[in-house]
Amino acid sequence: MTGEPGFVHQAVLLSLVLFGIGALGVFLRRNVITVLMCIELMLNGANLAFVAFSRAAGTLDGQVLVFFVMVVAAAEAAVGLAIVIALHRHKDTLDVDAFNVMKG
Amino acid sequence: MIAEPTLHALSPALQELILAVVKVAVIVGGLQGVFSLMTWIERRVLAFMQFRLGPNRTGPFGLLQPIADGIKLFFKEELMPAAANKWAFLAAPVVAVTTSFLAVAVLPYGPPFKLPTWGFLPEWLQGRDFQFQIASIDVGLLFIFAITALGVYGVVLAGWAANNKYSLLGGLRSSAQMFSYELALGLSFVTVIMLAGSFQIKDIVDGQGGGFWHWNCIRQFPAFLVYFIAAAAEVARTPFDLPEGETELVAGFHTEYSSMRFALIQMAEYVNMITVSVLATNLFLGGWQSGIPGVPSEGLIGFVWWGGKVALLLFVFIWLRGTLPRFRYDQLMQFGWKVLIPVSAVWIMATAAGVALLGW
Amino acid sequence: MDQALFYASAALAVVSALVVIGQRNPIYSAFALILTLCSLSVIFGLLGSPFIAALQVIVYAGAIMVLFLFVLMLLNVKSEEDVPGRAGRTLAAIAVVLVAILVGQAGYVLWNLAPVAARSFDASTRKMAEILFSPHFLYVFEATSVLILAALVGAVALAKKDA
Repeated sequence: MTGEPGFVHQAVLLSLVLFGIGALGVFLRRNVITVLMCIELMLNGANLAFVAFSRAAGTLDGQVLVFFVMVVAAAEAAVGLAIVIALHRHKDTLDVDAFNVMKG
Repeated sequence: MIAEPTLHALSPALQELILAVVKVAVIVGGLQGVFSLMTWIERRVLAFMQFRLGPNRTGPFGLLQPIADGIKLFFKEELMPAAANKWAFLAAPVVAVTTSFLAVAVLPYGPPFKLPTWGFLPEWLQGRDFQFQIASIDVGLLFIFAITALGVYGVVLAGWAANNKYSLLGGLRSSAQMFSYELALGLSFVTVIMLAGSFQIKDIVDGQGGGFWHWNCIRQFPAFLVYFIAAAAEVARTPFDLPEGETELVAGFHTEYSSMRFALIQMAEYVNMITVSVLATNLFLGGWQSGIPGVPSEGLIGFVWWGGKVALLLFVFIWLRGTLPRFRYDQLMQFGWKVLIPVSAVWIMATAAGVALLGW
Repeated sequence: MDQALFYASAALAVVSALVVIGQRNPIYSAFALILTLCSLSVIFGLLGSPFIAALQVIVYAGAIMVLFLFVLMLLNVKSEEDVPGRAGRTLAAIAVVLVAILVGQAGYVLWNLAPVAARSFDASTRKMAEILFSPHFLYVFEATSVLILAALVGAVALAKKDA
């Protein structure tokens, strides 16, 4: 693994595409859980960029950050889904537009 | 006779590829053979433990029973519930079998030995070091853990796809059981990795050389106990076979599966059991080491020790099935989370203290 | 060989991501996301980080997605009735245009960069552990364990039935 082209360039472009698709999903989807899944997709795009740049720089700091991003994503998914369960219990629907008013 | 001149020019990459294909063929074929044999052995041994005879009519001692079962399953009608989700229903047994055979890729199935120098073998084969391990990667044990984590999806897909409340509940319960005990499984081999200093299974086996008191089942007895219990729960064997006990929830997540798809799910389960036994042999029972100083364990004789240990563990699984009653679901979850995980966490702390302070 | 594997996994990742945002039934989206995560794990392996590749499957595909699937199956979520009104469609079009601008501009810059060569590095688990437990990252590491504990307690408290 010395000085070969590797896949850094292509991986960064792929991470941009994944991030864009995830962002599109967050805007377009109406089911709360699908929106959470698209956020996970964006986080994965960011992870890929971290790993690619870590490979380019030759240090492991990027990968350590990926480790922390994964941990935080796990915690966020757990709490987010618990909130979704509580919301569902309250209004019996998972449509995002049903929750856009703070009343009730 | 093999055409010598063309084979002389084989590049190392091509040699590795041919050897890898041979290893895959032998290991996968062997596993399927052992699976058929295990169905017969299990029924006979269980029967003897229950003071009856088991299948002994088809062929000598009933040895052709697996073949008879295979033919029967092959000709059974393949049902699919009308409201079932077609693609998920078809994909679930495929996912189950794929994940169970993927885990096979990094396990060594026997000792490293030198190929014999017979005249008719091509030159690049004579005297070559060989081991039945398809891929020897740096993070071998982590890979196995990852594949075990993916194995949950076969069950979840099967339970959900059949559009049947028994299947769904059975699938969810079964997958909850699987990933709860997966944590304990992973924690139990952290201490083994600590002692060996590497994720590669070969290093772990080599670290247990020199006498059976070096084996991890004796040095790390709590870890071995936790591993064995977690492994039994992971492959859904009694006493943890709630997902498929015949008196529970019809047949659990595979209620709606018949014929060959059912056979695939059974194969996935048995191959998981064999994989878990092979892993236990390699990690805790010293792999192909003979354990008695002075008795050789390198080379082909290692197969005897290794095979014997795997067979012993498979027998213990059958023995447990014949002896213990089933856990209730809440008892099962409580045991996994409130007993196994704290025990393995405490043992990790103890071993870490030992390694750091006492130089274990 | 590596090239073929990289491009195949990248194509699979992009197609599955499109299925995630395109499918109406959220359970199909979840399975497509699992496929995306596994193909990303292959790409991590090709970028020379076996530890992160294994971790991606264990944590993301093996735990987080199981959590998503459990919630989806237990809440019995049906497909979306997807009939956005006129305003909805206009907003959707604006969203697509904005994201396209973002991706297009960033992509243009990245495409025209000189290709970066990969440097040799030793991404073994031992090295990762040395960095994680070094004074630089040790505090963050211990703080994440507290974070996970907080998330655990929070999730149980939020999802509990008040009975």
